[in-house]
Amino acid sequence: MSKIKVNDESQEVTFPLTVTGLIKLNNVLQPDMVSVQLNGEFLERQDFETTELKEGDEIDFLYFMGGGC
Amino acid sequence: MIKIPQHIIDGIIAQAKAELPNEACGLLTGLGDTVQKQYPLTNVDHSPEHFSFDPREQFQVLKSARAEGQKIIANYHSHPATPARPSEEDKRLAFDPNVSYLIVSLAAEQPVVKAFSLVDGDLIPNEILVV
Repeated sequence: MSKIKVNDESQEVTFPLTVTGLIKLNNVLQPDMVSVQLNGEFLERQDFETTELKEGDEIDFLYFMGGGC
Repeated sequence: MIKIPQHIIDGIIAQAKAELPNEACGLLTGLGDTVQKQYPLTNVDHSPEHFSFDPREQFQVLKSARAEGQKIIANYHSHPATPARPSEEDKRLAFDPNVSYLIVSLAAEQPVVKAFSLVDGDLIPNEILVV
């Protein structure tokens, strides 16, 4: 098991693991509506599937926010 | 319940008025259920009827909040000409059950601010305590 930080909390994971895999692993309710930051850098959605995580990575998920009146 | 200082409520209303005719939006950070800081964000839709956050700005707020030992505990947006109640679009695009959703309405002469929480896919009223 390896350690990464997800939303500022330590999490043990098994590599290889992509960002898409991590989103599934964390049971994110609406994965299509999540934005991702990896080690402080914004990650484009098209890169979720191909970005491999590594030991010590810090990843943040945020839900898209929008609406209308 | 969410506790919000009066000066932050005043700040949200001021931003909503300043960004008319478009909807205004932003994030609130703090500790527990108490708001401590307002972060006005860009409505990238630039629309009187819709709003969307800029995800990069959201992450900047997250970074600032963490640096101050705070968390994002609420978001807000304005309804320039309709009541302070969640629209169908607001409900459809609400995904985070861990934060409060504030709406400020400028439809009447006196602005109205209300809070809601996401429960079972619906936005239900949440009490605001002004502190």
